[in-house]
Amino acid sequence: MLNFRPQEKTTLVRLSNAGVRRNGRWLVRGVDFSISRGEIVTLIGPNGSGKSTTAKTAIGVVKPDEGSVERMAGLKVGYVPQKLSVDWTLPLTVERLMTLTGALKAREIEEALAATGMLHMAKAEVQHLSGGEFQRALLARAIARKPDLLVLDEPVQGVDFSGEIALYELIKQIRNRTGCGILLISHDLHIVMAETDTVVCLNGHVCCRGTPQAVSQSPEYLKLFGRRAAGALAVYSHHHDHTHLPDGRVLHADGSIAESCFPGDGHHHHDGAENVHDHDPDCGCGHHARLHGFGPSEKRDA
Amino acid sequence: MLDDFFIRALVAGIGIAMVAGPLGCFVIWRRMAYFGDTMAHSALLGVALSLLFELNLMLSVFIVAAVVSLLLLFLQKRGALSTDALLGILSHSALSIGLVIVAFMTWVRIDLIGFLFGDILAVSRGDIDIIWGGGILVIFALVYLWRPLLAATVNPELAEAEGLQPERVRLFFMLLMALVIAIAMKIVGILLITSLLIIPAATARRFAASPEIMAVLASLIGALAVAGGLFGSLHWDTPSGPSIVVAALALFVLSLLPVGRGLRASESLRGGQN
Repeated sequence: MLNFRPQEKTTLVRLSNAGVRRNGRWLVRGVDFSISRGEIVTLIGPNGSGKSTTAKTAIGVVKPDEGSVERMAGLKVGYVPQKLSVDWTLPLTVERLMTLTGALKAREIEEALAATGMLHMAKAEVQHLSGGEFQRALLARAIARKPDLLVLDEPVQGVDFSGEIALYELIKQIRNRTGCGILLISHDLHIVMAETDTVVCLNGHVCCRGTPQAVSQSPEYLKLFGRRAAGALAVYSHHHDHTHLPDGRVLHADGSIAESCFPGDGHHHHDGAENVHDHDPDCGCGHHARLHGFGPSEKRDA
Repeated sequence: MLDDFFIRALVAGIGIAMVAGPLGCFVIWRRMAYFGDTMAHSALLGVALSLLFELNLMLSVFIVAAVVSLLLLFLQKRGALSTDALLGILSHSALSIGLVIVAFMTWVRIDLIGFLFGDILAVSRGDIDIIWGGGILVIFALVYLWRPLLAATVNPELAEAEGLQPERVRLFFMLLMALVIAIAMKIVGILLITSLLIIPAATARRFAASPEIMAVLASLIGALAVAGGLFGSLHWDTPSGPSIVVAALALFVLSLLPVGRGLRASESLRGGQN
């Protein structure tokens, strides 16, 4: 059941032309997107495309070197980092992990563990958990504090396919029950969580963005993934009109070369379904693109 | 009662062990053993400077250890060399500069062995006041900083994302380390401080089910080591500082025996089932 409060559309975080520079190199640049309450935004892109950096910028762990990040006053974040290893010298049970960054009532801990199916593991040491169990424990910890914004950096890593679907279903339930905003980072370039409102594809900059198509609408995918997956997964078909050269410069489809991709360069999203130019088969975005028109789902803030 | 030198040594040593326990846990959780060693080595530079400028010894050692830790933070941020290499440079440079300064001061003669290995039997009532006063201060600070410190130990970015301040907490932790080193130097000496931090904490790991229990256990094990070491040193007429470390090592070896391991294994098995 949806029980959103009236401030349902409150913007939690807004990134405007945000960029992060390290050692003279832009890790990511020109990022624009916002997350509102109850909204799910998925960041996709190849390794090293700046997904984690973008997420960390959104929650204030990394400060942007250009552009701006606005966060709602008193924003409460629940964060599941991409890599988290607990040293074996630190005795930490799942139960103790729950109150790592803030005190919780016993009932809140129990509810979060029950929601993620980890209640039976409450007394287990985190070092003894499997990859999927550990991800669930981390998710339980993040939701137990009832955040406004949940940030999940590759939550399905190390989880098998059916576990992935179950996790996506769980994330959907969390969103529906609490109405929090969710920023999800996915390693998969084409298959995203079905409930995603906006997909942002990064490769050092925003390559493109759009809304995914539900798998259930596409018979081929339905056949490929099965009925259970159909509710949880969606396809994000997209293409890029430029390629990244090995030295980081950008080769446009029309043959022109630029130093880097700037937001508002005018070479993204400008051509709809009629886009017929060739796409380089080894697109720097790490996938073979298929022509598929889409319009930008979000208006750029001037 | 405190008139007896042996009782004074015992009270002082137990005071140090109480603080070293929880602090030592963080040292091993954060993999900072070499860092603690470096701060301890730099204490000799503090001794030299205190003689040169006629400063209070503990204050001087505290300042030098704090400056060395801040210097390390600064060099780490610049990222030119690995932390290991930086620690190696800082550790032995500070120690050597201290020794060179002392050599220039021909008018003073210092008991180098005393500073390196401690002189717990020479503890005065004033020292005990400082140890327990400073120790209680450190314990209160640790209790206050416990949650952010532990969260930052598990993952600094997670701590920061969820509203804690890992950088600030890390700075406070280093200052606490510097304080404990300044206090403990006189008791167990520069070379043995890290062992009093690490060995009891490592021993406690085998029996601890939570970070808090581990910290308390480390304190108790440290106190036991101090008592055992001092009685041993009295009985066999051995140097007191090293005897304490040997006693701590004996407890650690005991904790490795299969009995302890069996206990822990069955405990975690039970934990996993309910």
